[in-house]
Amino acid sequence: MNKNFILYAAILIFGLAAPFLFPAFKVQLSILCVLIVLATTWNIQGGEMGYNSFGNILFYGLGMYLCASVQVGMFFPLAEWTESGGEKTFVHTPTQFFQGMAVGLVVAAVVPTIVAGLIGYSILGLRGHYFAICTLGLGVAAGEISGGIEIIGAGQGFTTPPFPNVGSLEARGEFFYFLSFFTLVFTFIAVRSIYSTRFKLILNAIRDNEDKAEAMGIETMKYKIIGWMISAFFCGLAGGIMGGLVGYIDSTDVAFDGREMGVFMVLMAILGGKGTLWGPIIGATIFHIFKEGFWTFFLGWQYVALGVLIVVIVIYFPEGIMGWLREKYPERFGEVVDEKDRKAQVELK
Amino acid sequence: MDFLVFQYPMITLQACLDGILLGVLFALIAYGMALQWGVMNIINIAQGDLVILGGYIAYFMYLYGIHPAWGVIVAPVIMYFVGIAIYKLVINKVVDRDLFISILATFGISILFMQLMNFAFGADVVLANSGYGTTMLFDNNVVLPNSKIFSAFISIVFAICLVIYMKKSKLGRAIRATAQNARAAKILGVDTEKVYAATFGINAALCGVAGALISITFTIHPYMGLPYTIRSFMIVIVAGLGNLPGVAMSGMGLGVFEEFADYILGTEFRIGSVFLLLVLILVYRRFKLSRKREYLK
Repeated sequence: MNKNFILYAAILIFGLAAPFLFPAFKVQLSILCVLIVLATTWNIQGGEMGYNSFGNILFYGLGMYLCASVQVGMFFPLAEWTESGGEKTFVHTPTQFFQGMAVGLVVAAVVPTIVAGLIGYSILGLRGHYFAICTLGLGVAAGEISGGIEIIGAGQGFTTPPFPNVGSLEARGEFFYFLSFFTLVFTFIAVRSIYSTRFKLILNAIRDNEDKAEAMGIETMKYKIIGWMISAFFCGLAGGIMGGLVGYIDSTDVAFDGREMGVFMVLMAILGGKGTLWGPIIGATIFHIFKEGFWTFFLGWQYVALGVLIVVIVIYFPEGIMGWLREKYPERFGEVVDEKDRKAQVELK
Repeated sequence: MDFLVFQYPMITLQACLDGILLGVLFALIAYGMALQWGVMNIINIAQGDLVILGGYIAYFMYLYGIHPAWGVIVAPVIMYFVGIAIYKLVINKVVDRDLFISILATFGISILFMQLMNFAFGADVVLANSGYGTTMLFDNNVVLPNSKIFSAFISIVFAICLVIYMKKSKLGRAIRATAQNARAAKILGVDTEKVYAATFGINAALCGVAGALISITFTIHPYMGLPYTIRSFMIVIVAGLGNLPGVAMSGMGLGVFEEFADYILGTEFRIGSVFLLLVLILVYRRFKLSRKREYLK
């Protein structure tokens, strides 16, 4: 426990100091925080519950649009804002901006949660690949439909309110970094405490054998919906932050980007190791470094690399980094291994 | 809107005919998907991208002065080997694994193909002009491009050839045996590895035919693959595996639905309505199945 405490303290201090240590990478670090949030919460229903969803992008995009719409709509007419496009017809004062952001983030987190609860009963009854394809369809459909709605900018996109002038040039980056970092800390604490309860065991029971879990008297549907709602809550929150960070929302390229973000979530969690607390965090960090490196040095070939990366990870590392470590050092993970048994296995090989 | 059928009978007829001709093409793609799903238990997200690749083959023939209709012969031959290559490189490692793994792996292939096509052929929307002209029906109120009729005819020919091949040939029998029980087939001397490769190759060849026809009839674009995958998936789950008349019927039904969605909601919601229909069908299916389960209780 003591060792863990030091580890957490070190990470926290590093996180707080990071924007001042690496001022040039503030935006990248904020995106990393958002990615970790997405991967960690995908893992709740993807890894722990065994319901592999491509559709969490739905909540992410919903949160993004909602946060920006609320932030604008609280003070100015929304339709005129989107009509004027990128031109700054209306300017938020700092108070208006932060008030709007706060309310927007709350809405961005709550509404996707409610949506997940509402559609959960019908969607989560699907099993296995039907669920995966259905959620994939859901995400793409949301993108296509939001691309046809005029009030949120339709095909031409939606410019989120620009950051107000509060004196310092660095303020924008720092604000978004700390916003995303504290969201990450909040997510981590929440997920960690969820994982230490009976709830996690129920989710694992659903993953391992749903029918058996139901036969044991667990109301599987209730817990599946709750699990998905938790995912949706954090996805919406992350989407709201990301919308402000990027500054521009497009229906299929930024918000409901099933081809990029929707797959990234899954990939990061799988790369790190599904069904572990630290796996998605490690996976997201490695993935982000790799991705940014590739995006910078091999511009244009990034999606080719992404496609190859997906295939390689899925074929050769389906258990992820944590799974590999677990196989190598089972003792560290609290598993008791019989030495004789291990030797016998090695001899068999 | 409700009275569209009565107010504009010609538009309705046009949409129906367009939809049916389009649906035959969808059914051809879906047949390939049903084949590999049934035999290898794999859902191939890259299906649509194989279609688009086939389309580009025909388009390039058109660019070099060969009539694109010959693409119907050339594209499947090339695509057969592309399919076998994909199988040897990726699919044979995920055949026995979890279905989700195969979905994700083929998703990766799909992204890869999409981007490679984008590099190789550019991001423009293209079509291969066949120069077939149009057929006018009912006092010129219904316009049918001959290329659509041609493509529907060719799809039916290919589907019939494939059905006969699956029934009569040795490989066809081996494929059907593997679909029924892979282990038993293996014991009885069927080289399942070869059967899987051939199945994937045949599926890719079918996609090639469909793609060549689509490039003649409609337009192709590197990023247009995913809707074709979703359409074929939808047709297969509605029809069931190995139900060929069902595949044909639901393909046509989907085509008609799309044309009507296009007329009523507008073109910008066309793809969205397809994906939404998929979600609705899956949800309907889930409630139908759960009622069955409750009945068993």
